[in-house]
Amino acid sequence: MAELCGIVGIGQTKLAAKRVDVSMPGLVREAADRALLDAGLGWADIDAVVVGKAPDTFEGCMLPELYLADSLGAPGKPLLRVHTAGSVGGSTAIVAASLIQAGIHDRVLTVAYEKQSESNAMWGLTISAPFGVAVVAGAGGFFAPLVRGYIRRSGAPADVGIRVAVKDRLNALKNPYAHLHLKDISHEMVEQSPMLWDPIRLLEACPSSDGACAMVLAREDLAQRAPTPPAWIHATAMRSEPTMFAGRDAINPEAGKMAARDLYAKAGITNPRREIDCAEIYVPFSWFEPMWMENLGFAEEGAGWRMTLEGATALDGDLPVNMSGGVLSSNPIGASGMLRFAEAAMQVRKQAGEHQIEGARRALGHAYGGGSQYFSMWIVGSEKP
Amino acid sequence: MVEPVKSIVTPIRLEYDYTPGRATSRFLRGIAQHRILGQECPSCLKVYVPARGSCPRCAVPTEREVDVQDSGTVVTFSIVRVPSENIHFELPYACASILLDGAGIPFFHVLQGLAPEEVRMGMRVKARWVPTEKLGPTIASIECFVPSGEPDAALETYGEHT
Ligand SMILES: [Zn+2]
Repeated sequence: MAELCGIVGIGQTKLAAKRVDVSMPGLVREAADRALLDAGLGWADIDAVVVGKAPDTFEGCMLPELYLADSLGAPGKPLLRVHTAGSVGGSTAIVAASLIQAGIHDRVLTVAYEKQSESNAMWGLTISAPFGVAVVAGAGGFFAPLVRGYIRRSGAPADVGIRVAVKDRLNALKNPYAHLHLKDISHEMVEQSPMLWDPIRLLEACPSSDGACAMVLAREDLAQRAPTPPAWIHATAMRSEPTMFAGRDAINPEAGKMAARDLYAKAGITNPRREIDCAEIYVPFSWFEPMWMENLGFAEEGAGWRMTLEGATALDGDLPVNMSGGVLSSNPIGASGMLRFAEAAMQVRKQAGEHQIEGARRALGHAYGGGSQYFSMWIVGSEKP
Repeated sequence: MVEPVKSIVTPIRLEYDYTPGRATSRFLRGIAQHRILGQECPSCLKVYVPARGSCPRCAVPTEREVDVQDSGTVVTFSIVRVPSENIHFELPYACASILLDGAGIPFFHVLQGLAPEEVRMGMRVKARWVPTEKLGPTIASIECFVPSGEPDAALETYGEHT
């Protein structure tokens, strides 16, 4: 049987367009120091470090895990780097958890980051393949046709994406770490923002952020002694699928559905909408909220947009989604998945401050990456599973 | 007082030799001869274009070659209004996912010859090739797609490919 694993420390940096005050090592150190402080632990208490970030071509810093080893306190310890595109922050946390669950280590530090101000992700993602023609402009260029396909298939009203964009930015106003604090955000403001990749408007897309997130994970007996009660990991799941194959449903990918089924089975959940108190999911473009509601089994296929429209995903709804303001309010790509996982843990530890959901006992953290082809998710709870 | 160095710009370059492999080489040679070659999966019978030599879904090699039409249907699209260094089309342009007639999988190309706001899902389109003397083993031999003038296709005929 796997060991039980608890999250005993959580730290994140202020997420911002440009953190010129810190280097990459300084950025990850800031998050790691905060996670250790939260855990009441020192560097000597850490047995291994697991770090994640998006492609090296973004910042042009090859093998950043070696460059960051000192700032992550890794010399003399196992150091492992994880890479699964945009979902990497989630899968990094899962790899770190598996080192505890497998009984290999007692306490593991896991960190994920991106310094987009020192990178050019749009360039990095606009692939000019040999003998081909670059036509897909960045992540938005890839996902916009999927959004259009979803709107057509589901018959969703045209303003669902705008509503998500407003909701998440209002939530971000309650989160001091969030990058975007748009105090006068409104339906009109989003609607009138320029179309970047029609049907995706500027304010329906995530910003480019610098930031890092860190967590300290510990074995059951050690987690029990943490100064703040831990978030217990009830289940984790990861799945992937190729970007392109005949018959692929890229709007509602099979890999995401499989991961969710596996996750709920492991957590003993039969009715996710009722049994999960809140969810922090990876929504880089507003329409992905309804799309992932369906993929995650919170809504029937074609009905995810109704949850948004009915207010079910608002802070006072029956399944609050993206309490922190989500990826739409801060997107340090490599850290974005871990920030989702960390928010889920903060909720069940009652550490979410103004965006705390009253009585959150079980929360879902979710990340996806690539061409909607990598999925990672976990369920954490205030009680042991 | 000396200004502290906060960041420096260090451009990087990556050059590599690309080996397309057997299937893609045949596809690219076909393109140079004004032909679009696909490969049919012996298991699910879907036709892959460009041919990659295998079906990722069935995990089997695809060997049977079939000619695919240079006409097709716009499965979905986006109107791009953001500049990107690697992209050389004038903004805004329509980036369309196109299902060629006879193909089992769509691919992205640029749609021109109409105002971006007139692009529709289900629209019928045709390849516009570069002049014969400029044909080469590259997708760039197809300059773009343009409307063919046929009536739009019904959602049922392409919906599963969105
Ligand atoms: Zn097949």
